[in-house]
Amino acid sequence: MTRKLTLLTLMAALAAPAAYAVEYRTVLPQQSRIGFEFRQMGVPVKGGFKRFATEMAFDPAKPEAARARIEIDLASIDAGSSEADDESAGKLWFDRAAYPKAVFVASQVRALGANRYEMRGTLTLKGRSREMTVPVTYTPGKGAATFDGAFVLRRLDFGIGEGMWADVATVANEVRVNFRIAATGN
Amino acid sequence: MSPVSRYTAPAVVLHWLVALLIFVGFPLGVYMVDLPLSPDKLKLYSYHKWIGISVLLLVGIRLAWRLTHTPPPLPAGIAAWQRRASAIVHGLLYVLMVAIPLSGWLMSSAKGFQTVWFGVLPLPDLVDKNRELGELLAGVHKALNFTLLALVVMHVGAALQHHFIERQPFLQRMGLGRKERT
Repeated sequence: MTRKLTLLTLMAALAAPAAYAVEYRTVLPQQSRIGFEFRQMGVPVKGGFKRFATEMAFDPAKPEAARARIEIDLASIDAGSSEADDESAGKLWFDRAAYPKAVFVASQVRALGANRYEMRGTLTLKGRSREMTVPVTYTPGKGAATFDGAFVLRRLDFGIGEGMWADVATVANEVRVNFRIAATGN
Repeated sequence: MSPVSRYTAPAVVLHWLVALLIFVGFPLGVYMVDLPLSPDKLKLYSYHKWIGISVLLLVGIRLAWRLTHTPPPLPAGIAAWQRRASAIVHGLLYVLMVAIPLSGWLMSSAKGFQTVWFGVLPLPDLVDKNRELGELLAGVHKALNFTLLALVVMHVGAALQHHFIERQPFLQRMGLGRKERT
């Protein structure tokens, strides 16, 4: 019994520093998702992107050294209906032929305490770049840690929905983006 | 001059209000479905849904009123088979006035678009988003509507026939024209 306890204590002591020193850099696409929600005619519509590539490095001990780059394949959109998916590819929306991807590059991460962080970065969409501030919550887990966040962007800042679609009474300007990125330190 | 038996004033008002909404909502639905996606299309869809939910609400009130107020008797000269046909058509009209907005509401939910009455009052989604169910309900909604169209043609045709050909004071029953028989 005593030997067993000693062994457990020893194992815990060995494991703990390793757990704290982990740097999350392998993203698990199956457990990660990017979604969005907007209102059209007062009706909430949910959508998302099925394909995106995330490169990241995050060490909870050194958050200020964190890096993140997310590249979204805009062709993988679910805009709520197949009709809207098709429409979103056009020139008035994403103009996907010219700008097939959306890119977010983090430039600064600041710890807010209690596993919460503020990530600043640049979102580039349809050839336009805007600084964004994104709150992120880090949740350590057994297999993988998760990074959850949500922020609101104004679609017209990026020229998403121009011409007849610029009327925000029909399709709201505000789009709430939410994401969960799951990563391991392996 | 003897007074014509008429429906009560609330029944008359509800009848014509619902009739007006149906006469706007039906062609709107036929027109909007094939439009290419545009802000106008989104607006028309919303208006159509608002009209449909308004019909559902008004028909609920109508049914409550109808069940608590006896309608005026039909004129004596109406044949027995016509009385039966009239009762059946009226019954089916009520069924459809409930079933059609309900099928539209369900379809909207199944297609992933919540119905928000007048852009203000969100109605609960009675079913989850499901593409196949959405398309099935679209077919049901359309079939019910064309059944309604056929019944409305019969309903209006019968009223006009009794009024103008048989010269019975039929339209007065629903509040049109003078209150007295001349």
